[in-house]
Amino acid sequence: MSGPNTSYDPVEVAALDPQAVDAAAEAALTAAAAATSLEELKAARGAHQGDRSPLALANREIGALPPSAKAEAGKRVGQARGRVSQAFAARQAELEAERDERILVEEAVDVTLPTGRRPMGRRHPVELMSQRIADLFVGMGWEIAEGPEIEAEWFNFDALNFDVDHPARQMQDTFYVDPPDGGLVLRTHTSPVQARTLLDRGVPVYVAVIGRVFRTDELDATHMPAFHQVEGIAVDEGITMAHLKGTLDRLATELFGEGITTRLRPSYFPFTEPSAEMDLRCFVCRGEDPDCRACKGMGWIEWGGCGMVNRNVLTACGVDPERYTGFAFGMGIDRALMFRTGVSDMRDMIEGDVRFDAQFGMEI
Amino acid sequence: MRVPLDWLAEYVAVPTDATGVDVAASLVSVGLEEEAIHGSGVTGPLVVGRVLSLVAEPQKNGKTVNWCQVDVGEAGGTGEPQGIVCGAHNFGEGDLVPVILPGGVLTTPQGPMEVSARKTYGHVSAGMICSERELGLGDDHDGIIVLTRRFAGDVEALSRCVPGADAVPILGLDRETVEVNVTPDRGYCFSVRGIAREYSHAIGARFTDPVTALAARVPPPSASAYPVELADDAPIRGRAGCGRFGARVVRGLDVTAPSPGWLRARLVEAGMRPISLAVDVTNYVMLGLGQPLHAYDLATLGERIVVRRARPGERLTTLDDADRALHPEDLLITDGGETPIGLAGVMGGASTEVSDRTTDLLLEAAHFDAVTVARTARRHKLPSEASRRFERGVDPQLAQAALQLAVELLVEYGGGVPGDEVTDVGSALPPEPIAMSAAFPARIVGVAYDTATVVDVLTRIGCDVAADGDALSVTPPSWRPDLRTAEDLVEEVARIHGYERIPSVLPTPPGGSGLTHAQRVRRTVADLLAAQGLAEVWEAPFVGADRLTDLGLDVAAETARTVRIANPLSDEQPYMRTSLLSTMVDALRRNVSRGARDVGLFEVGLVTALDGPQSTAPTEEVGVRPADDVLARIRAAVPGQPRHVAVLLAGERDRAGWWGDGRRADLGDVLELVDAVAQALAVEVVVAPDTVMPWHPGRCARVSLPDGTVLGHVGELHPKVVAALGLPARTVGGELDLDALTVAAEPTVHARTLATYPLAQSDVALVVDAGVPAAEVRRSLVAGGGALLESVQLFDVYVGDQLGEGKKSLAYRLAFRSPDRTMTTDEVSAMRDAAVAAAAQDHGALQRS
Repeated sequence: MSGPNTSYDPVEVAALDPQAVDAAAEAALTAAAAATSLEELKAARGAHQGDRSPLALANREIGALPPSAKAEAGKRVGQARGRVSQAFAARQAELEAERDERILVEEAVDVTLPTGRRPMGRRHPVELMSQRIADLFVGMGWEIAEGPEIEAEWFNFDALNFDVDHPARQMQDTFYVDPPDGGLVLRTHTSPVQARTLLDRGVPVYVAVIGRVFRTDELDATHMPAFHQVEGIAVDEGITMAHLKGTLDRLATELFGEGITTRLRPSYFPFTEPSAEMDLRCFVCRGEDPDCRACKGMGWIEWGGCGMVNRNVLTACGVDPERYTGFAFGMGIDRALMFRTGVSDMRDMIEGDVRFDAQFGMEI
Repeated sequence: MRVPLDWLAEYVAVPTDATGVDVAASLVSVGLEEEAIHGSGVTGPLVVGRVLSLVAEPQKNGKTVNWCQVDVGEAGGTGEPQGIVCGAHNFGEGDLVPVILPGGVLTTPQGPMEVSARKTYGHVSAGMICSERELGLGDDHDGIIVLTRRFAGDVEALSRCVPGADAVPILGLDRETVEVNVTPDRGYCFSVRGIAREYSHAIGARFTDPVTALAARVPPPSASAYPVELADDAPIRGRAGCGRFGARVVRGLDVTAPSPGWLRARLVEAGMRPISLAVDVTNYVMLGLGQPLHAYDLATLGERIVVRRARPGERLTTLDDADRALHPEDLLITDGGETPIGLAGVMGGASTEVSDRTTDLLLEAAHFDAVTVARTARRHKLPSEASRRFERGVDPQLAQAALQLAVELLVEYGGGVPGDEVTDVGSALPPEPIAMSAAFPARIVGVAYDTATVVDVLTRIGCDVAADGDALSVTPPSWRPDLRTAEDLVEEVARIHGYERIPSVLPTPPGGSGLTHAQRVRRTVADLLAAQGLAEVWEAPFVGADRLTDLGLDVAAETARTVRIANPLSDEQPYMRTSLLSTMVDALRRNVSRGARDVGLFEVGLVTALDGPQSTAPTEEVGVRPADDVLARIRAAVPGQPRHVAVLLAGERDRAGWWGDGRRADLGDVLELVDAVAQALAVEVVVAPDTVMPWHPGRCARVSLPDGTVLGHVGELHPKVVAALGLPARTVGGELDLDALTVAAEPTVHARTLATYPLAQSDVALVVDAGVPAAEVRRSLVAGGGALLESVQLFDVYVGDQLGEGKKSLAYRLAFRSPDRTMTTDEVSAMRDAAVAAAAQDHGALQRS
């Protein structure tokens, strides 16, 4: 900052000539506009706004003027510098915006490149199906129970009214634990949990059991030595077969959609009386095709067994059959999955090929 | 049970237009599930032909064939006789025979066969003259069917046998047979009689019980009855082995006489093979009425038959020529009390078998106890048509009527004479009346049956119903031994009235408490592992000793912890698994063999963990609640079966791709998964080095709870295991006890108030022996660092010359925070020094400067 001028020098103040100031300002404005990059703009700014620039020099001269001239010169130079400064700032903003825009363009990627650094895993669809069934029953106010897979014969057979000499006991294709008279089997159905539930929880009881069961079937397209069942047992005062049908209809609708046709067909199970089979109208042919492979032309697909809990089962489990009645049912979950999703070879379900799971989402 | 429709129609009024499908649908409604509908499979042109001429032509191969001119009416298209080559010789000029012309289809064991005109033995044969076997009417293929003989005496049938007539209906090849599945409670439905009765219930058609007319013709028991003594001195479960024994004699029989064609056809349609007149008749009566019969050659029998249990050491050669060691529970038919001549209700003996020389027969029709027969059939692995029926219950009043039918058929077709001997010993207990309230069916089924409906249904199925107001006394018919309780009667009411009329009503439970903690934990863990990139699998839980060996496990120790299956699918895999990994490796191998390289699997499932020696689980009679101590023993005998969770990773955990290289799965990935599970369940786990199989000894970690409970192990599979099982190199995995984790996850987390004062961090590098586990050093730092130490992060591990042999440097970032103030630098340094001092004291850690 220069101090008051004490030795007036008329030559030196030529820079304050109004024309010269305007010219310098114009030159600066031109240079700012001409800059095509932030670098050029920076250079132009140095030339036109820097310490050695004409306007800076002019500004410095003001102090040397006589006081009468100072005000006018100051105003002139100040206005010129203001214009220039504004122009450079505006150009700076313009160029920065252009640069930012360009960077975004340059940073564009191919969004269609494949992913898969760490592919998603999957739940097994049978498990998802099981969960879905569990949720349905929980939603209806039932609870979900479990039991052991190696089970006492008493729970698997005796408690369920399978007499030791009854043909039904032989029909189950049972895996016996060695020694065969040791009283242990691999459970052939989830029904032993009926007995466990009645003994452990008492009545009234509304419980669904979901789990793995075993039969001595060689693995092929339609048989697995291990498979899954959902068992239901409801024992309360006033329970009837109509409640059984209502519950199974609800389950069928949930799993196979509105409009599924069901039928109860008389059947026989030692642990229920009356007993029934629940059939579903064939999904594929709706009963119209005598050559249908899904239902073998029968029009109906067998889904599972059910009935009113036999009084011998209630008695064996300490429940008063004069006061309480109940229903029970057992359905194949793997079969339900086959019906629902068109799985045609059961081996795919048990062999653990990740491609099988990968076909399904995490909801089923 | 196969039910030929025309046989059915003999006992019940089947609508003339009813097809097999219709009949099957009706039977389903009363509980007889359709298995299949069978037809002959033969389609025309199959016509009646008259043999006009027959020229025997000897062939070079020694055979003689007949070159026949056969009049087939207009069926040949020209009206001209057809030339047909035939190898059979049991016919002559003028005989009427079935001829299948080109375009007709026969069924063969190899499938359908279309007949065409073909050149054979120097002639073009315009079709075939058919034998029984070719038409599926029987086994006889030595000769062709001669219609004149087959229908001898059947004027109506013979009148239809004119050349060119369609032989399909004449031979019954258009008939259908419905096969139904009979549930084990309905023994009476193992007969056309029983099925006919059910069919009448289903559609309301008139049922004509064939037994009624037969029973009326049964002669009264005679003084000259063949003597039979029932001498069961060891009834099983209080039930005598034979309740009733009937016998008849037929003499002067030509046992070589052929069974009539209609009878043979019915047997074939019902799925049995015609054999000889005596056998065919007994089978026919059994199929028709449900009473198993047995025919003895009377000449081979002594003075009397004694029915008794077997004695120790006795043997019997049965009709199948098997020499069988008998069991004291086996019920025997014996000759005179000494020589066994049959396993009662199961199979006869060879020594009294009817042969070609037999002229006199003794026919047996008895009622044997279901349990005795079931046990014997099972013990000797001899399920027979007879045992199948006795096991499920045979009508104890049926024997005499069945014998009557058999005698009549033998006399008619074998030319014999009925003997005077009419044996009927023993007496079947009359069925017990069942007391039931007429309102009971409505209470069980939820359909408002009125009393009249209940009484009507029960009467229709053959019960004798006595009503006293609402109280019914129901006596079941003799053929329904399965009806024993009021509930049994309820089923009858419901099914005859119609299951389809039961309404659909949702019950109203009192409300539950949702999924259990354990069920929610299981879902969380499984969902988490799936989200971490693993696919869920499951397998059958069977393993063999070789698998345990391949896993480097102590076979004796492992098998002591599990149970063996007495009847495994494969003798190679008799044990229940003790770990999920022992079966999961199969899934991994399968994926790899099908082309997958990078595989991550998990399984949640049960394993066997026997805690001590295996104990025996008592059993109990049905319908009895075991005493508390018995029930406790039953429960205690069931082996422990904890639920585990296991993972297996092979190949790359982070995949290679256009973005760059991948990264092979290693132990750290498994530990990450363990950590993820632990965090998801808010459980603290402790990881420590361990050396157990099947893991690499230097790359195995034990995972425990802070209280020392071991959850399981994780690691890299031992190279020997990898080699033995043919797994991908460097496969890693682990298995934890999910039940123990579930228990640990039980307590509710108590939330802390979050401190908001500044975080003060301080880094330290500690030099320790290379063998010191980082987790141990960390634990010391945590212990020494005090309550304000918020986190400890290991951010570098360095091994190098500067440290010296056997040393490593662990660089930790310690972060401190106070809940109530900003700490000074000196305070933080003091706490850091205390942490380092603890590490120095515990592990000789030196701080690098």
